[in-house]
Amino acid sequence: MGLEQKLGNMGVVTTTLETAINWGRTNAMWPMLFGLACCAMEMISTVMPNNDMSRFGMELMRASPRQADLMIVAGRVSRKMAPVLRRLYDQMPDPKWVIAMGDCASCGGIFNNYAIVQGVDEVVPVDVYVAGCPPRPEALMHGVLTLHEKIKKEKLKDWA
Amino acid sequence: MATTTAAAQAAHEHELLETTVDELKHLFTPRVATGETVLLNMGPQHPSTHGVLRLMVELDGEIVVTAIPDIGYLHTGIEKNMEAKTFLKALVMTDRLDYLNAVGNNLVYCLAIEKLVEVDVPPRAQALRVILSELQRIASHLVWLGTHAADIASQSVLFYCFREREKIMAIHELISGARMMTSYFRPGGVWRDVPAGFEEAVRDFLAYLPAKLDDYETLLSNNPIWLDRTQGVGVIDGPTALAWGLTGPSLRGSGVNFDLRKSQPYSGYEQYDFNVPLAYNGDVYDRYAVRMQEFRESLKIVDQALRKLPKGPVITSNRKVAPPPRSELGHSMEAVIHHFKLWTEGFNAPKGEVYVAVESPRGELGVFLAGNGGPRPHRVHWRTPSFVNLQPLNLMSANHYVADVVGIIGSIDIVLGDVDR
Amino acid sequence: MTHTSDSVAALQTRFGEAIVRVEEFRGETTVVVARDALVDVLRFLKETPALGFSFLANLTAFDDWPDEPRFNVVYQLRELTHPTNLRLKVLVPGDDPLLPTVTGLHLNANWHERELWDMFGIKFTDHPDLRRILMPEDWQGHPLRKDYPLGYEEVQFTFNFDEINKKKPYATE
Repeated sequence: MGLEQKLGNMGVVTTTLETAINWGRTNAMWPMLFGLACCAMEMISTVMPNNDMSRFGMELMRASPRQADLMIVAGRVSRKMAPVLRRLYDQMPDPKWVIAMGDCASCGGIFNNYAIVQGVDEVVPVDVYVAGCPPRPEALMHGVLTLHEKIKKEKLKDWA
Repeated sequence: MATTTAAAQAAHEHELLETTVDELKHLFTPRVATGETVLLNMGPQHPSTHGVLRLMVELDGEIVVTAIPDIGYLHTGIEKNMEAKTFLKALVMTDRLDYLNAVGNNLVYCLAIEKLVEVDVPPRAQALRVILSELQRIASHLVWLGTHAADIASQSVLFYCFREREKIMAIHELISGARMMTSYFRPGGVWRDVPAGFEEAVRDFLAYLPAKLDDYETLLSNNPIWLDRTQGVGVIDGPTALAWGLTGPSLRGSGVNFDLRKSQPYSGYEQYDFNVPLAYNGDVYDRYAVRMQEFRESLKIVDQALRKLPKGPVITSNRKVAPPPRSELGHSMEAVIHHFKLWTEGFNAPKGEVYVAVESPRGELGVFLAGNGGPRPHRVHWRTPSFVNLQPLNLMSANHYVADVVGIIGSIDIVLGDVDR
Repeated sequence: MTHTSDSVAALQTRFGEAIVRVEEFRGETTVVVARDALVDVLRFLKETPALGFSFLANLTAFDDWPDEPRFNVVYQLRELTHPTNLRLKVLVPGDDPLLPTVTGLHLNANWHERELWDMFGIKFTDHPDLRRILMPEDWQGHPLRKDYPLGYEEVQFTFNFDEINKKKPYATE
């Protein structure tokens, strides 16, 4: 506050290191293309012009896990796919977050049987769960914004 | 120390690879073993395989020698799960099979139940079913066009198509409350009558879409990049296509005139006047041309059905199958008993099997339904078009470039929910 | 005489004993065939010009456990010009689930038969590539059999939330 007053109109902003890093992480988060089933259609609709997700810096969906920092698990994960999912999660560099989109990713959804992993949190740690079958694009955006708020509250001593 | 562990690790991985190649050697040519050709894994997570499809591709430089699909990454066990639920509760699971044609899945399941249990469907419900099925066909073809064009040439078409799709999803939300998985069709008719704004919304859409379709055709049909990448690619001729069980636009692109809406009409399709588009070269461009024409035919059908939409009930009056309207529950004891029985036990189906097939945007979608006298299906088998249409991929992509494989998969128009169920 | 009844009559004249029975239900005709005559019947239906059932629309099975014979394998055939549909059914016992493959006649039976092996455990002799198709390769058991459990997990309501939560295998990192 004092420094800003003294420098006047020179365009200087002071903030904490935490806030700056968290701001940088949230505003350009690149999701990884991990659309599996029906929820993928609503995820694509979220990136499409009607509900534009590039307002939040996220329209660039990277297929390679090495270049992505958010994995939106959109759809049902079968037992054959679960090792692949874990492997892709491991290939993502830190910092990384996971959104479980839809009922099947959150808890197995309506498919309570031998073939579907009952909730993707059995395989990867999940940060935000978005409910719906499939969730509306607005609901997915709400989930993404909730993740942004969660990241903004992160403390340096947790991950440094 | 570090080098020995690294070497041991590499040896272990090589051994794993050897085992895999060993078990699958019979699928590829002998050149894989010597290393003359490369075995490439287009893994389950890939931007262009339209879902979780794994392709094992044997490459000689950039030319594909063999391309073997490995499926099952989206297997949901829907068929077994439906055996554990009553007929009405299992209806909800049917939307999620071929998720781009959710309404069509509902339709074929309801038709199978109606055939098995012998229930009539009132004409207004049949007309509504036709309107919604054709709108769903348009929505599915829009996703096909968007993703196919994005894979090959133009990503802007993807954005345009999804903008059009939002209008159809708004219509779905108007009638049933859900954008994609409506579960609007029920055995005996549809869930409830359409609200007041339905006809206007559909008319607006019918007036809006043809200009957009002209835009897409201007953008793609004579585009030299599009023609170069789609003509002569992925050719399959008529008799081979039939031998492989191909159906739908992929078959009509090879010149065989077979459309279930014309040959085995269902739900009142015989009343409507429409053409079945055909093309004769059997390559990716022809399948594209067939589907572009199918858009316009679907618009014609919706227009006719909307004009002829008869008045009347929207669900059968057979109270053993369809629930009574809530207004009756206040003063009729039979209505309360029927409601109770339907919601707790469900209606019973006789012992026997039926097979009903409809024309989905991908081909012949069939349900084989077996009843056993009880309220749950004994066996529901889904004859899904994508499962059968994916088999000749090896035949179609031999001696093409790797980049063409993506175009060929797009032109067959598979949906992995359909393939793996 | 419809095409269906003509075909059934031709089959009965040609194969006699191998046609176990003919069922009519809801306007559809099902011909139950003995296992050994299956390929011959299919070839007869496909290659006789007057019959022409050249399109295999569907190949599936259902399980009648504990009744024997347990597996009913169903072949849905279609003749494209009229079009006419005909269903063939073969009864397969549970202790000897073996059938001849029909991939020589109908190419698209390839994956359907792999699915039947995967889901029911019905083996097809001379199949070019009989491996699991939908389940992972190392899966034990055949899921669509009636004696295979659905495999569901107990639903977490508020009254049993905590005790199920302790047993759930959450991934931590």
